[in-house]
Amino acid sequence: MEEAVVPAAHVHAPPEGFIRKHVFSLDHKVIGKQYYGLGLVAVFIGMGLSWLMRFHLVWPTTKVPGLELLSSTGAPGGVITPEYYLSLLTMHGTLMVFFVLTNAPFAGFGNYFLPIQIGAEDMAFPRFNMMSFWITFCAFIVLILAFFIPDGPPISGWTAYAPLSAVGKDAGPGLAWGQSLWAMSIAIFCVGQLFGSLNFIATTLDLRAKGMTFMRMPICTWAWFITSAIGLLAFAVLLPACLLLLLDRMAGTSFFIPAGLVISDRLQNHAGGSPLLWQHLFWFFGHPEVYIAILPAIGIVSHVLITNMRKPMLSAKVLIYSMMSIGFLSWMVWGHHMFVSGMNPTSSLLFSFPTLTITIPATIITLIWLGSLYGANMQINAASLFALGFVSMFVSGGVSGFFLAQPSIDIYLHATYFVVGHFHMVMGVAAIFGIFSGTYFWFPKMSGRMMNETLGKLHFWITFIGTYCIFMPFHYLGLVGNVRRYSSFVDDFMAPLMPVHKFISIAAFVTGAAQFIFLYNLIHSRFRGKQASENPWNATSLEWSIPSPPPWDNFGGKHPVIYHDPYQYGVKGSKGDFVMQDSPEQV
Amino acid sequence: MGKFFAVILTLIALASAYPILTHMYVQPVDISTHGHAIDEQLSDTMAEAGFAFLGAQLLLAFFVWKYSSRKNGVKVKHLPGGAKLMVATAFIFVGTEVLALGVLGQKAWAEVYFTAPKPDALQVQAQAGQFAFYFRYPGADEKFAPLHPDKIDEGNGNYFGLDPANDVEARDDIVTAELAIPVNREIHLLMHAKDVGHSFYVRELRIQQDFVPGLDLSVHFTATKTGKYEIVCTQLCGLGHYNMKAYLNVLSQEDFDKWLKEKASEQ
Amino acid sequence: MASGTYTQIVSPSHLAGPDRASRSGIWVGIFAITMSFAAFTSALYVRQGSGEAAHIVLPPVIYANTLALLLSSLTLEKARRGIAKGLGPEVDESAAGMAWLVVTLILGLAFVAGQCLAWRSLATQGLYLATNSNSSFFYVFTAMHVLHLFGGIAALAYLIGRLAGSLRTFGQSLFGAIAIYWHFMGVLWLYLLLVIGTRL
Ligand code: HEM
Ligand SMILES: [Cu+2]
Ligand SMILES: [Cu+2]
Repeated sequence: MEEAVVPAAHVHAPPEGFIRKHVFSLDHKVIGKQYYGLGLVAVFIGMGLSWLMRFHLVWPTTKVPGLELLSSTGAPGGVITPEYYLSLLTMHGTLMVFFVLTNAPFAGFGNYFLPIQIGAEDMAFPRFNMMSFWITFCAFIVLILAFFIPDGPPISGWTAYAPLSAVGKDAGPGLAWGQSLWAMSIAIFCVGQLFGSLNFIATTLDLRAKGMTFMRMPICTWAWFITSAIGLLAFAVLLPACLLLLLDRMAGTSFFIPAGLVISDRLQNHAGGSPLLWQHLFWFFGHPEVYIAILPAIGIVSHVLITNMRKPMLSAKVLIYSMMSIGFLSWMVWGHHMFVSGMNPTSSLLFSFPTLTITIPATIITLIWLGSLYGANMQINAASLFALGFVSMFVSGGVSGFFLAQPSIDIYLHATYFVVGHFHMVMGVAAIFGIFSGTYFWFPKMSGRMMNETLGKLHFWITFIGTYCIFMPFHYLGLVGNVRRYSSFVDDFMAPLMPVHKFISIAAFVTGAAQFIFLYNLIHSRFRGKQASENPWNATSLEWSIPSPPPWDNFGGKHPVIYHDPYQYGVKGSKGDFVMQDSPEQV
Repeated sequence: MGKFFAVILTLIALASAYPILTHMYVQPVDISTHGHAIDEQLSDTMAEAGFAFLGAQLLLAFFVWKYSSRKNGVKVKHLPGGAKLMVATAFIFVGTEVLALGVLGQKAWAEVYFTAPKPDALQVQAQAGQFAFYFRYPGADEKFAPLHPDKIDEGNGNYFGLDPANDVEARDDIVTAELAIPVNREIHLLMHAKDVGHSFYVRELRIQQDFVPGLDLSVHFTATKTGKYEIVCTQLCGLGHYNMKAYLNVLSQEDFDKWLKEKASEQ
Repeated sequence: MASGTYTQIVSPSHLAGPDRASRSGIWVGIFAITMSFAAFTSALYVRQGSGEAAHIVLPPVIYANTLALLLSSLTLEKARRGIAKGLGPEVDESAAGMAWLVVTLILGLAFVAGQCLAWRSLATQGLYLATNSNSSFFYVFTAMHVLHLFGGIAALAYLIGRLAGSLRTFGQSLFGAIAIYWHFMGVLWLYLLLVIGTRL
């Protein structure tokens, strides 16, 4: 290597060749799309699994043609067995939480837009960035492998409670290699996310363009930044937990397995471990994980709403501080998942209080959205519809959290469908709405083409109504006492609830089918969509100041200078009712 | 399209609230002495959460109705009071709600977990294993014999791992597959997990407590109505989890004595 | 840390963005590693709540290893000084600097070899990974530390390779970042030694 003549700002040279451009690319934009693509694959698999679950719950003896090809033992002749239900459940939850909700809104969009929104040409460590993705990809492959081994995927749920998850094959099918693959996959996943978060943080701290002060960063940049800080801590704890679990499983240690367990008539050769230790480690990660899923969506939705309201939020600052306090409080609440698990009852009260307190910043965020809508000039398009739908879902999922945060009520509702309804709404559907909103909004930038609005709106209506039909009744079932993680409801108590389950299943099939409209729209628009201009939404942030799609170094060798805070809407600018962040115009 | 959104959202909000307002889905009758406190807490929370839910959804619908797809060039307005108003609202309303529910509302929790069982409570041991519950009554000596995991032999009905040959206390222990208890008498349930985690959930009793391997946990409760109720496992424990249940049989004192005698003779 | 094709003028008056980034990156990484070991430590405390096992008598070689690791931090600083001088107008001490760098690497490797000896010594006492909770934690703590140290060793080797090519492309910030990490490995080890010595 020679003397430094290359301009210092060129972090990498333009890539050449297919592999460098599209596979092992160092370009944050390509990596962002790769994460998004991985999330897309995972969400369709996860959805397929949820279909199978819903199918089995209402038609337990009916054949699913062809399913025996996937698992001859799990679905002999195409009929799903109860234990295969649990495999489906575990893989569904794991894929959705890790590979969809962490990959798409955070790693996917974050990778693509965080550097652009702060005026950088790439992430701070492009090589690390590429590695993060491929590590995550490996984690995905390892997890999926579990489908193809003889005794199938694990059956211990996405929470993998020890000792069920730790004792191995004696405890049931899928708990031998299936569970090991699960633990390896999650451990690998943690490494990828740690590298990714590190990159996000360093990039945000140090690569901001001239004039891009912290308070001039768009709300979604803030959300990704806060999320990466949460992710750094959360995955740094889950990783050791998974390693210890693997040791218990493969090396015969006893971190999570106490003495004297008799499983399948065999006395287990372990002593002194603590099952609650796993729960503490897992939920110390697990609760912040739900904010890893939802904060980027909050950021994206705020960004989309502002653009389409044509006016700034009442206060972006308050929104950002609220997200920070959510991030901060999320470290003190993990015990609310363990109210009835034999933890000290006083700790339950101590965990309950910060949990209830978190509703304050969450309410502030909601009220800021609502208050900002007042007097807006709301543009309705697929992106903004999904953003509005997100607000609605966030409220619906949030209010049910109020119940579960109280230990006394949790005695009754814990492990019922009420919980399933709660987390699907606030974390699952809401975050997915955030992803959809971001997709309709940014697709033109990412591909240079517009998505079809009519199909987008159709997709929204079916999804919006459908998800309410699926997940609202879950709450009612829970109130009656319908317990979760059951593969059939044959007993006297739950059998009368079958009509509700049938309704939910049908809604799930319809809503799921509507997602193919989205897939079609995505693929079709990618190749046949209308050409997109540089700034189709008349937006202000930096990503809209560059061509669609952006050149490999984002700003074409220029160094953007930032003059304004990101949301100058409803003002008199030379181009309309807005002024771009990098425009020297006075407002 | 914005107006359409407003209408649909309003309909969804009302439809969601309808089953709650008409009490279509409610908890089964409460048969415990502490359950009313939980139920009250639940219905208070439902009222507050329902209010917040409907309020927020309808406000969202209203604003979208009013402020969407307006003429181009219309001037945007800002809410008088701005963010300060929102923050204050959140702190005042949610803050008091949090205080009310979080601090004052812990009575129910305290009743279950911060009171010691009365000394005359009937002690019963529950064992959860894949995929059945077994219960043990101490017998005439009122003592539970120690457990020997290596002696467990399901084939011969030794579910707990008792050793009557060497332990005198074990000889009169009564092991059953059904939890029969006398009505209006406090029960102190000692919980023991044989293999992996399980849970003890009786809806009508408003009791849910995990079995944690290696931990000696217990709950206590008093049932106030005779009858047969379902005990279900609510902690994922393996392939038979969906089918892991037993019955709670609340009997009058005489019936219970008779039942226990009968069981003792079957041992 | 920084990507390979990135070149950087020597001794910049102020650090450019990407350079500051490699420094923040290291600190952020250190933060994450600290968090992981905090998790391991809390696992130890919880685990010891349910009964303690026989104490482990530390094999004496551990102390020699500790010394080697601490020394390596010193030699790394010597190397930094030598190389910095080598780049200046004064006497060229860059060769000496390079030599110190190699010594650092060797000390690092010696530490790893010494830890292997420690494991051997425990094994001959019949203490394996799964023998009891104390032995489990001993192996977990030491192995996780060595695993992280390998990162530092790889970085040192990379640095030596880069510098052997040409001193001119030497990135001060890259050196700085690696040095911070290496010193942190020493600090982390002292902490672990304390935990191992007092709790196991
Ligand atoms: C197509 C829409 C979806 C349907 C119909 C659906 C349905 C279900 C069903 C039936 C269960 C099992 C409940 C039980 O037996 O206890 C479940 C569990 C779960 N779902 Fe979904 N789901 C959907 C989307 C999602 C999304 C988007 C997420 C992302 C967060 C998600 C995350 C989970 C998790 C974490 C579990 C728990 C798994 C466990 O208990 O270990 N689901 N879902
Ligand atoms: Cu949580
Ligand atoms: Cu169970």
